[in-house]
Amino acid sequence: MELKPGSRWKSAVCDAQMVVVRPPSGAGELQCGGAAVLPIDDAAAPTGAVSPDFAEGVAIGKRYIDEESGLEVLGAKAGKGSLAFDGRPLTLKGAKPLPASD
Amino acid sequence: MRTPLLLDIAADAAFDRIALGTREDGFDFDAYRARASQVAAWLRSRGKANTAFLGMNGEALPLLLFASGMAGTPFVPLNYRLADSDLNKLVARSAPAVLIADDDMLPRIAPAEGIELIARSDFEAEFLAGATPERADLPEAETDIAVLLFTSGTTGDPKAAVLRHANLTSYVMQTVEFLGADEGEAALVSVPPYHIAGISAILTAAYGGRRIVYLPAFTAEDWVTTAAREAITHAMVVPTMLDRILDVMAETGETLPALRALSYGGGKMPEPVIARALAMLPHVDFVNAYGLTETSSTIALLGAEDHRAAFASDDPLIRRRIASVGQPLPSVELEIRREDGSCCAPGEHGEIHVRGEQVSGEYLHKKAIADDGWFATNDAGWLDEGGYLFVEGRLDDVIVRGGENISPGEIEDMLRTFDDIADCAVLGIPCEKWGEKVVAVIVSRSGHPDIEAMGQTIRAQLRSTKTPEQWFVRGALPYNETGKLLRRVLKAELAEAVCAD
Repeated sequence: MELKPGSRWKSAVCDAQMVVVRPPSGAGELQCGGAAVLPIDDAAAPTGAVSPDFAEGVAIGKRYIDEESGLEVLGAKAGKGSLAFDGRPLTLKGAKPLPASD
Repeated sequence: MRTPLLLDIAADAAFDRIALGTREDGFDFDAYRARASQVAAWLRSRGKANTAFLGMNGEALPLLLFASGMAGTPFVPLNYRLADSDLNKLVARSAPAVLIADDDMLPRIAPAEGIELIARSDFEAEFLAGATPERADLPEAETDIAVLLFTSGTTGDPKAAVLRHANLTSYVMQTVEFLGADEGEAALVSVPPYHIAGISAILTAAYGGRRIVYLPAFTAEDWVTTAAREAITHAMVVPTMLDRILDVMAETGETLPALRALSYGGGKMPEPVIARALAMLPHVDFVNAYGLTETSSTIALLGAEDHRAAFASDDPLIRRRIASVGQPLPSVELEIRREDGSCCAPGEHGEIHVRGEQVSGEYLHKKAIADDGWFATNDAGWLDEGGYLFVEGRLDDVIVRGGENISPGEIEDMLRTFDDIADCAVLGIPCEKWGEKVVAVIVSRSGHPDIEAMGQTIRAQLRSTKTPEQWFVRGALPYNETGKLLRRVLKAELAEAVCAD
């Protein structure tokens, strides 16, 4: 899987969708709910179960990062599974929203 | 990352939210994207490198911006306020292009090679009318230039600033929360299409999920009426607009209860105007934003809390921050540098430099950014101890009198503290003795300004070399339509009078 900036993905096991904001420094697998994510235009509907180890959810508009590889992902649709990169859980990036300026 | 992605993910997640136009019959995000895709398919079929636009604000503008991104044809909004000869030079520089122009502006355009001219009424009949079309299936575009914006040319011939998809999407994603707007939020956009704020407003609104309502062209009466009718929550204005808006509100008694946030930028806001705005709109958060075309819009901002803290403070060091543009965005680095390139200490004046993904610092065929990514803004400024940025205007406007650098901003700020001063400009005019001499142009409320008293105050609080040597009283100062003082025009007018002296 090529995690290019702007590439869109969806969970294989829940309703979550995401966009890669920053690519990882090396190859690896983006996972949601414990399963590899699928390209957004993949025809498959979500099947199987969200792994209880990766079930904290993806929230819309939130940013998730993997410190080690630099991977950063935006939640574009919410889902029950949570994100991981090669099994390492992504962490929520705390960002104070800025006021609108234009 | 490309700009159409911003619309795409918003349309997937909030497809039935109204995105453009009135609450009653605006386009929802689904229609927005579908219509833009049809425009993109048409643009591709024309086979021109660029997509140019000459016209007033309206829904055609955001459709064209996103469609150009989908089609891979850089979007070139042109300034309809230019004289015909200057406008036609820019038209020629946009070629080869499809040029969509307002019907009443068509006669102004001279035939040019590589320009396919389309009347806006025809464009709108094809792409804005009727039922929502199917989404056109488009291959991913390659061109990484999103927008070409001709800079205002207050200091010379317009340059074509290059904004790449990566610059604009980085700006949007670093400063806006995806679908962070509530369903009812709406932004009133009155900055013209060829201004960077007009471009960034489209992108941030789409990504944030906020409806856009356009004013075709700014009048204070229309602005207030539309803001009230459409329950506008957010708007950006330039300084000259705000004063007139407040006048209309005072006359009509309108209080704009839905309004939550008003941002301003694009020029120096006189402190009395912002004080009046805070008093008349106590329910509104004010944001002062500073940015340039070459930086994809905002790079520093003074937020609502900063405004309130400054006005409430007895400490002059906090109080004066009302005249600052606040702190740099977390996603950009900002430094004040001396002429030799070293960094200034807090309080020391120098040139503002900036670095970040949103900074393009690039013109067509000419990179203006250093190899390490730093961009020299050509703006003079300084940072206070708390990291608040004070912008003093273009470096070219700094007066060099007898080898001493004098910032006009400092003298103008002092003049504005006089109740009688409605507006003012301080300029350096060439003179034999000093190289340049300090000249003040003032607009007096009473018509009888006490020049002697003002001169004495400046001499006492600043120093004698900063005291204007000549004073001119005018009925008004020349501004361009986005609130920038036309110093070059004033200088040229005064040069003769002063030099003859």
